[in-house]
Amino acid sequence: MLKKGNFKGKLIVVEGIDGSGKSTQVDLLYKWLHAQGTSVFFTEWNSSNLVKSTTKLGKKEKIFTPTTFSLLQATDFSDRWENYILPMLKAGAIVMADRYAFTAFARDVARGVDPEWVRNLYSFAVQPDMVFYFQTPLSVSIERIMASRAKIKYYEAGMDLGLSDNRVTSFRMFQQRIVNEYDKMINEFNFTVIDGSLPVETVQQDIRSKVKKVLQGWRGLPNPLISPKKSNRKKTTTSKVARKGGSQ
Amino acid sequence: MKDAQFYGSGFPYAHIKDIAGKLIVLEGTDGVGRSTQTQLLRTWLEDQGYAVSDTGLRRSPLTQPGLDAAKTGHTLGPLTMSLFYATDFADRLENQIIPALKAGFIVLSDRYMYSIMARDIVRGADKEWSRKVYGFALKPDLVIYLKADIQTLVARIVQGRGFNYWEAGMDIRCSDNLYDSYCVYQSKLLDQFDNMTREYGLIPIDAKQPIPIVFEEIKKLIEPLLKSN
Repeated sequence: MLKKGNFKGKLIVVEGIDGSGKSTQVDLLYKWLHAQGTSVFFTEWNSSNLVKSTTKLGKKEKIFTPTTFSLLQATDFSDRWENYILPMLKAGAIVMADRYAFTAFARDVARGVDPEWVRNLYSFAVQPDMVFYFQTPLSVSIERIMASRAKIKYYEAGMDLGLSDNRVTSFRMFQQRIVNEYDKMINEFNFTVIDGSLPVETVQQDIRSKVKKVLQGWRGLPNPLISPKKSNRKKTTTSKVARKGGSQ
Repeated sequence: MKDAQFYGSGFPYAHIKDIAGKLIVLEGTDGVGRSTQTQLLRTWLEDQGYAVSDTGLRRSPLTQPGLDAAKTGHTLGPLTMSLFYATDFADRLENQIIPALKAGFIVLSDRYMYSIMARDIVRGADKEWSRKVYGFALKPDLVIYLKADIQTLVARIVQGRGFNYWEAGMDIRCSDNLYDSYCVYQSKLLDQFDNMTREYGLIPIDAKQPIPIVFEEIKKLIEPLLKSN
């Protein structure tokens, strides 16, 4: 377990491999909560502007090792932690994170770094109020990825591990390793397991009812730009989940 | 030849053996004369026929452009800075230092993770957290700590490159002006170095002495290491 946070805000996290359906769900959840007039802040893995150019350089030149990859993603996370996640939680917002420290615990360990070492790296972060883990059959996730992407990227496919010369084979093997690490974390970090192969709307209803329970009796920071009664979907179409490809 | 020794779990995915070279670290705060001594050492070692490679903080080709850019802005938080430096350190260790040691080079490192840990802790990082982050750090063969008091450091800074925002710890506002902030910040760093001297077996040398004398003392520490092969 990560340490317990004691903030006015709430932290809701979605985790799972690429193609597990988490980003679609988090987008719908974001819009729903936003429409209710609460202040919601969304953040996604690997999105710090401060670190972006370095990540790009490392990927382009293929100079990452498992350790430097892990450390740079921790740097990215810590920048978002210091500048957004922590202050937003203190202010009383709902912070929704598409991937959190658990992504590092799964991927970096799949790449061969020490599990204890990477857990220590992120020990400044708090245990979320809710972690939805999208457990979707590997074949389903891979099919979704293959259908939506022209090409699987080098690090995304785990090509740096030398598992296979074939990118698709390597991707499959690497994702399986990641799934194994995620599954080990279900109890360790109190994951709420979601079956990502069910229809989108069924999953969304399930997630909303679970989030409602977490928010029961909680009064967050109202969103000054939106009046709860008059809210409608048109006002809240500013999707922040404009994703082009994976987050690796 | 020997297997690599690490402070923690090292790089578990890579078994690093056959270390033929030596890793020598010069530590100390800003303006203590590390780079002067590194240059003297390099020439002295090369004259004797040793291949020398040198490295120092923030010289990783992976992180240098990004880290330099980050330091010119004002959003770089202390945690983020410490992890960025750890990335720089790991990159140089895996891609420069270890390959050079395997090839039998003497690697002269101008600072090592001790400096970074000292700075992180002064900026509020948890000591245990910081020690564990550097579990991948290779144990050097020799760590020389060039030690000087604040007045000596100030005199050198005034004659040298002048006071600098980061070296004065202005990001954590130790005081409202560069000079006072420098003194407070550097004193805190010196305290951290004193703690680490015991913990990691750093060998202190009095850096107040003239350059040639400091150099002679360093040579005396390195000579037995060269004969040990």
